[in-house]
Amino acid sequence: MGEVSFVDVSKRFTLRVDGELHHVQALDRVSFSVRDGEIVALIGPSGCGKTTALRVAMGLDPANAGRVTVDGREVHGCGHDRGMVFQHAELLPWLSAQQNVMFGLEMKGMRGIELRATAQKYLELVGLADSKNRRPHQLSGGMKQRVGIARALAIDPKVLLMDEPFGALDAQTRESLQAELLEIHARTKKTILFVTHDLDEAVLIADRIVVMDRGRVHEIVDVPLTRPRADLSIVRGLPEFADIRYKIWRMLHDAPGVH
Amino acid sequence: MVDITDKQTEAADESEMDALERRQIPRWAVTVFSVVCLLLLWEIFGHNINPVFGSYPSAIAVAFWELLRSGQLGSALFESLQPFFVGYGLAILAGIPIGLIIGRFRTAEAAFGIYITAGYAMPLVALVPLLILWLGLGFKVKVAVVFLMSLFPICINTWLGVVAVPKTLVEVGKSFVAPDHVILRRIILPATLPYIMAGVRLAVGRAVVAMVIAEFFTTISGLGAVIINSANNFDTATMFVPIIILMVMAIGLNWLIGFVERTVAPWQAEIAGRDRE
Repeated sequence: MGEVSFVDVSKRFTLRVDGELHHVQALDRVSFSVRDGEIVALIGPSGCGKTTALRVAMGLDPANAGRVTVDGREVHGCGHDRGMVFQHAELLPWLSAQQNVMFGLEMKGMRGIELRATAQKYLELVGLADSKNRRPHQLSGGMKQRVGIARALAIDPKVLLMDEPFGALDAQTRESLQAELLEIHARTKKTILFVTHDLDEAVLIADRIVVMDRGRVHEIVDVPLTRPRADLSIVRGLPEFADIRYKIWRMLHDAPGVH
Repeated sequence: MVDITDKQTEAADESEMDALERRQIPRWAVTVFSVVCLLLLWEIFGHNINPVFGSYPSAIAVAFWELLRSGQLGSALFESLQPFFVGYGLAILAGIPIGLIIGRFRTAEAAFGIYITAGYAMPLVALVPLLILWLGLGFKVKVAVVFLMSLFPICINTWLGVVAVPKTLVEVGKSFVAPDHVILRRIILPATLPYIMAGVRLAVGRAVVAMVIAEFFTTISGLGAVIINSANNFDTATMFVPIIILMVMAIGLNWLIGFVERTVAPWQAEIAGRDRE
């Protein structure tokens, strides 16, 4: 199981700009839910609150009002039921790829042979078994993010939370990682909530897309593309892909928050 | 035909590479050249100065040999190094945890940060009489002086290092539910290591100065005693011997710390690209 619900979640930040206090309503009564095994994308213009929503779900930032639940249990701080994939992978630079994956597992209390074997298994899942002894600076951007995904998946969370996971990668690497994420999803059936600013990515990967604007849920759109979407180059050519992409593009374009 | 041209270009490339490498003077050679030049200049100009007011390398070398042969140098060095290493070692052992805690916890920073900042600027020489009242004239007070002088740079550097740790790395720990002490030991500490090592390096110089101060103002002993006694006898060449030995020792320790740093934190040099030079 892995069901995530946002119920009237609000989050306000106070910023000090040139000595003046500014209140930013990052999230304003945000409600939506992610079903078990579903992939949901959060999309919207920058500053719309999509990353904040993810951080609240992870427990890195507390909500001012409302609640996020995972399988009915309210989120208070971080937990092993959620695995986070960070925007720039954020691997620990002094650890090898394998040790980075092991770090998350050790925090869950795993030790000994099981620890190594599990890390190995997930590095194999992301295709990095041969590079397990390399340190992050010896890995390419795409490989780093693969390790980041392995690290989050290894603790076997109910939900995978991803913050613009492929945003910093070049187009080709991004495409291969998108395909790989879909393959991993097909195998593990994990619930995935991910933030992106890339409309194509949202449509290619997600079952549903939550379009956000100025801290509110603007609209929730079903993606009518069937799974498995094995070959993304074929998916891109489908008329349904173009239709839904255009529909959401219009939405983003017409949203009052976009200048 | 194509093959031959290719090989020719390759050969040309290689000889060009060789030439480049030949033109590159090794760094140690630059250092040696610099030292030799300095010593030569000192030797030439030093001869023209009254031996009370100054000295020159060959005279210092003779004085060095005599101090060494009489056994005076060996025992003085041994006497000096004990409080030096105990005080410096204790400063490392205490300074790193204090810096980590002050950097990590806002309350600790608010409560103790000012003492560390103030302590760095503390005129320690002025406090030596008080330290003597507390700890006597012997070994303990010398350790205390070395400790107090070298503690603060280590503390401050560690503290600044912790503050500079990217927030996202800490969040990685948090998101995997790492408890505070694990975040401190497994994320903050390794991320701060380059700063800590810089502090440990800066502290070497201060510890050497502290050691001599302690030997001047408490029981006159060790290398400090050699300096004072020869200065009182207007034997400037002999006075320079311990001074130069201390400076050489500081260079050696710095090199050793660099070696330790590359051993315990090899990723740092690799990231900075320094390992290829």
